Amino acid sequence: MKTMQYLKDVVTLQLNRDKCTGCMMCITVCPHEVFQFKDKKAFIQNRDQCMECGACAKNCPEGAISVRSGVGCAAGILNGLLKGTEASCDCSGTGSDCC
Amino acid sequence: MNKKYIIGTVDTVVGTVNQISTLWSSSDLWSTIKVRWSTGRMNYSVKQGLYAIGTPNADSDIFVSANYKLSFDHLRRALHGMNAWVLVLDTKGINVWCAAGKKTFSTENIIKSIKNTSLEQIIKHRKIIVPQLGAPGVAAHEVKEKSGFSVIYGPVLACDIKPFIENGYKATPSMRKVNFTLKERAKLIPVDLMYGKYKLMIAIGVILILSGIDKTGFSFSRIIETGSFSVCSVLWAYIAGIVITPLMLPYTPFRAFALKGAIWGTVSTLVIKQFFNVSNLNFIALGFFSISIASFAAMNFTGSSTYTSLSGVKKEMKWSIPLQIAFAAIGIILFIISKLV
Repeated sequence: MKTMQYLKDVVTLQLNRDKCTGCMMCITVCPHEVFQFKDKKAFIQNRDQCMECGACAKNCPEGAISVRSGVGCAAGILNGLLKGTEASCDCSGTGSDCC
Repeated sequence: MNKKYIIGTVDTVVGTVNQISTLWSSSDLWSTIKVRWSTGRMNYSVKQGLYAIGTPNADSDIFVSANYKLSFDHLRRALHGMNAWVLVLDTKGINVWCAAGKKTFSTENIIKSIKNTSLEQIIKHRKIIVPQLGAPGVAAHEVKEKSGFSVIYGPVLACDIKPFIENGYKATPSMRKVNFTLKERAKLIPVDLMYGKYKLMIAIGVILILSGIDKTGFSFSRIIETGSFSVCSVLWAYIAGIVITPLMLPYTPFRAFALKGAIWGTVSTLVIKQFFNVSNLNFIALGFFSISIASFAAMNFTGSSTYTSLSGVKKEMKWSIPLQIAFAAIGIILFIISKLV
């Protein structure tokens, strides 16, 4: 199967390598193998694979990662626009839960 | 809701804990099918708290889950044959990944649940296994700091839990990666199909009413004569966007979902035309209208997909929504003209 890739050069993911201590939490929690371990520190290898879920930033003890996280969901963004709030989907069962 | 999954109780130092089955009953299976078809989704939850799998003791593993019953069902089935604890958080009946995004599957909620269930007294060790997809809502270092429990992130899929344990509580890169296989995409389609049903009915209603227009004004018999091509086109445009585009996702050119949908909307109209004898203008009008519908419907699958980002979807919507509105408007105008010439 071809890999599914979304739009290029749009994600807001930033890594400050100076702050990184190489704990590898970002590598552990990332569902899309965005990070790699290079020279004892994390490195953004596949930026365009990032879906801005925010798991890496949330779990970085050093606060070295920043990303504007949210749902990549058109219906959620429309909902937010209509209600004047942040994008939020009303999903309750989507996402892969098991094989 | 029936609670057939509770099969007994297990005694602990702080009282009894409900013991749950690792097998799915026929009613579990039936409600899973129903929930996949979008009925009864809103009350599909499990009571928060601690549950026992087998006969766990103070050294057994603790698995954290959401209180969406489908998440809970997959977890307990994956733990078949083991002695373990399951800590269910109150996520308002929403699955782990979405709840983590909404911050109900969260650091605070884990800390609160650890306290409420007196976990410290029941269990000797200080480790909890949290599904990796819960990570957007959980800061492992804060859980450790505030509760004393270390978070070990488990695999993405519950069915990888046993290999994960055998691997020394380490998820391999493949266990950590979210895929989006044909089977996974197919499972999500029924819900999406039901989601847009009212919008679809409005689109069909509009096109049916417009079908009644002719040079002399409006007649119901014209609807019956000419409405079938229109209704078929709209219905298939919807299916092209919601069923065909997701199934063919990796094989369809372009990265933007709106464009993928537009391609399948075009194909669908071209195919439908073969079965009807319609004027070119009528066909072009329905083409514009159908592309708009298929594109919009496909764009909605960004929410179900496992790889789209908020920034990406916003960028896509910025140019695609005006185009979708324009295509729908051109389609309707051409359609009316085709009825009058």
